[in-house]
Amino acid sequence: MTVASPEAPTASEYIVHHLGHFSTAHQVKIIDFSILNMDTIFWSVFTGVLGCLLMYLAARKATSGVPGRFQSFVEMVVEMVEDQSKSVIHGDRSFIAPLALTVFIWVLLMNSLDFLPVDLFSALFRIFNLEHVFPHHRVVPTADLNGTMGIALGVLVLMLYYSLKIKGLGGFLHELVAAPFGIWLAPFNLLLNVIEFAAKTVSLGMRLFGNMYAGELLFLLIALLGSTATAFGFIGHVIAGSIWAIFHILIVLLQAFIFMMLTLVYIGQAHEKH
Amino acid sequence: MTDLSFVALACGLIIGLGAIGACIGIGLMGGKYLEAAARQPELMNTLQTKMFLLAGLIDAAFLIGVGLAMLFAFANPFIAIAK
Repeated sequence: MTVASPEAPTASEYIVHHLGHFSTAHQVKIIDFSILNMDTIFWSVFTGVLGCLLMYLAARKATSGVPGRFQSFVEMVVEMVEDQSKSVIHGDRSFIAPLALTVFIWVLLMNSLDFLPVDLFSALFRIFNLEHVFPHHRVVPTADLNGTMGIALGVLVLMLYYSLKIKGLGGFLHELVAAPFGIWLAPFNLLLNVIEFAAKTVSLGMRLFGNMYAGELLFLLIALLGSTATAFGFIGHVIAGSIWAIFHILIVLLQAFIFMMLTLVYIGQAHEKH
Repeated sequence: MTDLSFVALACGLIIGLGAIGACIGIGLMGGKYLEAAARQPELMNTLQTKMFLLAGLIDAAFLIGVGLAMLFAFANPFIAIAK
């Protein structure tokens, strides 16, 4: 499987090609803030606008009589998010519950872009002769660590905002140094609280990234199985691909749900006073 | 033992050791859920939601490890630095 003909890539070349982003420059260092991944930016904005549009369409045609199918579906989702937020947030939920709904729908739409075939965009670019404009392209924004850490940082900002709003600046600073061990162990408390904020944000972002990246990589490996052009390869690729795609539906929904629940839990924790 | 074989061994260890922890954790939690459902069947639905949430949380570190291992397997960032 590592033999390369003049036109066809080897297995590793195929995978490395599919793992490259459509970015403003080629990335050689592990962390390089001067490079932007344009495909992540475009697809995250696109799914965000699409999600808002869908919810707006549902709200505009909402009737209090007998609902249609689309409206009932949206109502089910809204009710589910509202139930989850009721048990977690003790306070004014009029902003937080719609926030959780937005996070859920947006992450769900971004994750579902993973169901598009791995070669779809490279084939489309080849058909429209755009190969040199887009040498690399990745569709799923949440399979990019930058995408998920961006959203997690947004949640961190919200955690800090609600902490400051509920407890006030003085209360927030007091809690930073005095919880949970009392004011005499202040440096230790401060370290613990800073680590807690960092761990929450990093784990939130990396959990979603790890799930989506591993899922996409498995799709690539299954596609490679099909590329061996043997009977076993083709049949194996169809069977394994179907099983993994069905399991991935569960993962996509579960990860979006977990992200939403953790957003609610973290903002709810910011409401607690000691 | 070349550098490449070390990378392959490392990827295997990351995924394998992570899988041990994640599977044992989910097994224990699932067992507790089944016991609780057997004692109080009326709580089955509320506990099921929380069980899926916990499954996602327990899997988190393992899947982060899988993501990193895949990164090293296919797009090793240390190769560029070593050159």
